[in-house]
Amino acid sequence: MTSARAVDDIVKSEYEHGFSTEIESDTLPPGLNEDVVRAISLRKGEPEFMTEWRLKAYRHWLTMREPEWAMVNYPKIDFQSISYFSAPKRPEDGPQSLDEVDPLLLETYEKLGIPIEEQKALAGIAVDAVFDSVSIATTFRKTLSEAGVIFCSISEAVHEYPDLVKPYLGSVVPHTDNYYACLNAAVFSDGTFVYIPKGVRCPMELSTYFRINARNTGQFERTLIVAEAGSYVSYLEGCTAPQRDENQLHAAVVELIAMDDAEIKYSTVQNWYPGDAQGKGGIYNFVTKRGDCRGARSKISWTQVETGSAITWKYPSCLLRGDDSVGEFYSVAVTKGRQQADTGTKMIHIGKNTSSTIVSKGISAGEGQQTYRGLVRISQRAENARNHTQCDSLLIGDRCSANTVPYIEVKHPSAKMEHEATTSKISEDQLFYCRSRGLTEEDAVSMIVNGFCKEVFNELPMEFAVEAQKLLSISLEGAVG
Amino acid sequence: MLSVKGLKANVGDKEILKGLDLEIAPGEVHAIMGPNGAGKSTLSHVLSGREGYEVTAGSATFLGQDLLALAPEERAQIGLFLAFQYPVELPGVNNTYFLKAALNSLRKARGEPELDAVSFLRLIKEKLKILDLDDALLKRAVNAGFSGGEKKRNEIFQMALLEPRLAILDETDSGLDIDALRVVADGVNALRSPERSMIVVTHYQRLLDYIQPDYVHVLAKGRIIRSGGKELALELEEKGYGWIDSEGQAA
Repeated sequence: MTSARAVDDIVKSEYEHGFSTEIESDTLPPGLNEDVVRAISLRKGEPEFMTEWRLKAYRHWLTMREPEWAMVNYPKIDFQSISYFSAPKRPEDGPQSLDEVDPLLLETYEKLGIPIEEQKALAGIAVDAVFDSVSIATTFRKTLSEAGVIFCSISEAVHEYPDLVKPYLGSVVPHTDNYYACLNAAVFSDGTFVYIPKGVRCPMELSTYFRINARNTGQFERTLIVAEAGSYVSYLEGCTAPQRDENQLHAAVVELIAMDDAEIKYSTVQNWYPGDAQGKGGIYNFVTKRGDCRGARSKISWTQVETGSAITWKYPSCLLRGDDSVGEFYSVAVTKGRQQADTGTKMIHIGKNTSSTIVSKGISAGEGQQTYRGLVRISQRAENARNHTQCDSLLIGDRCSANTVPYIEVKHPSAKMEHEATTSKISEDQLFYCRSRGLTEEDAVSMIVNGFCKEVFNELPMEFAVEAQKLLSISLEGAVG
Repeated sequence: MLSVKGLKANVGDKEILKGLDLEIAPGEVHAIMGPNGAGKSTLSHVLSGREGYEVTAGSATFLGQDLLALAPEERAQIGLFLAFQYPVELPGVNNTYFLKAALNSLRKARGEPELDAVSFLRLIKEKLKILDLDDALLKRAVNAGFSGGEKKRNEIFQMALLEPRLAILDETDSGLDIDALRVVADGVNALRSPERSMIVVTHYQRLLDYIQPDYVHVLAKGRIIRSGGKELALELEEKGYGWIDSEGQAA
């Protein structure tokens, strides 16, 4: 009895970060054609190679069809009703310091608990806050530049470092890769560029907060991180969004490149608006994230905590090309209410002695629907490849579902593959045990769920782990089964 | 402290408790013995508020409050504690963290300030000393991969920390060898006090060699059919439940 009531409560619980900031946006009218693509490029004052790059992608996009294989249902997207560019006013004379930042904007960040100011500085994290599409505040540039690290918006990088951007942009996720990645290549608004020179250990954790704001605006972020030989970088990405009525499309692309002995650690906490009780108005998150372990002994590690979005379609992947390279994927995904997620990873073993680890924790509550979809491919050349996959699902209530769809392709006989999968429910016994010690149902659920996710949280940088646990507790408020 | 009157409870359509009476005063230790299926665990569960039981008649008053109207956590907050027969595993949940959350939720409910990490660790150390326990258990996930003895000791440790007014030990002796039994019993004895009452539910007499009860009750077929001092336990041990069962029926 209590269970049914409580599960209903979470469906009704309102999105905590559901508010919006009134800032005038310089927005292109809805619709997509070559002129719009050109207009975006023009507004951003891009060099010609970028305009051409975008147009090539756009033309290819016209020949593609939306993918339908994922286990998610949503009404067809009208790409002509989306506005493809939105930036806060006055981008040219953009703020040089926080004093110049629109106070309303700062207030928004405050509400979200994003400590862009001193707290973050003291914590040693450089913040590149993306509001809508244009980066508005970058801190710690100086410390980073002394180390030779480039950390800037991708628009800026296109101007300032075209020789660094050109060879890498689209080299991991080519515009022909998939429908949404192709759309992103044509219309991407802004994003982040990180370059770590040879042998440099990035002196701080780099952090970018994304936030979708302007009404009816698709958001097409693009991130490119290049780690030269022997370098190391840890990058944090976190998202929240204000409440909206229309569905908002987000089709980001993230490309990571790790050269010999380089390591990239990419952590995400995603908390976008999941929609109302009927599932109306949530974000569609169709993201392509891929890391290329190009060099020998390189390592790329994805850690993600996904609690938001109406629909998530996301498979952070690793191409293990360098010999002895390592790929990791640690994921916690929560679906509640009417949320749908089809998420997982791809580990493509190409080099010799490559190894990969996949730890996926899926939590479904309410009428949440979740699919883990993972591919492990050992190619013909990948001698002595190893993979360990652990894939656990936790169900809360009896109206949610969890599916596991592992694909394993082994073309070399020396491969060592391990695959473990479990599906469990939070048991009455566990809940009663906690409650008999004085904990409320909610605290008990939160504790059990956090315990379930521990292996993944352990991979997150300390600050993020705390945030992630909090987020999980908020997400599952009232979710008792 | 605890007053149970005419308590009847069903599981599904089946009546398990058929009019049970029990009076416990502060500081008393009551043993409840009985054969399998007598309703011992049902009594523990009904008193601690587990779902799945329907109380059809009677009352249970604890410290002046209607116990049966309270949620399990509220019962814990006013000082009831159940040591589980089968302590539940919580994978990934650190034992120390769990204990701190539990203690602070009790303190919060009682309007006391929550303990910070430092004072909590100090308290833990103190309690470990009283019970002569190894702190290795505290670093592991709650009950996960614990041996039977470790689980039971962990229960007693929780009791020491949460300092209940009334503790129900539900077949705490089951699955323990004689050494583990002694450790657990020593822990329980260390926690006896004039303010704290205990209900020791057990199938066998041997636990009562170590924990000396003030009263022994025999529970059979959902009722307490005989009460007495600790000599009753010895008599039971000698003659078996069959004796009391047939007598109970005759009576």
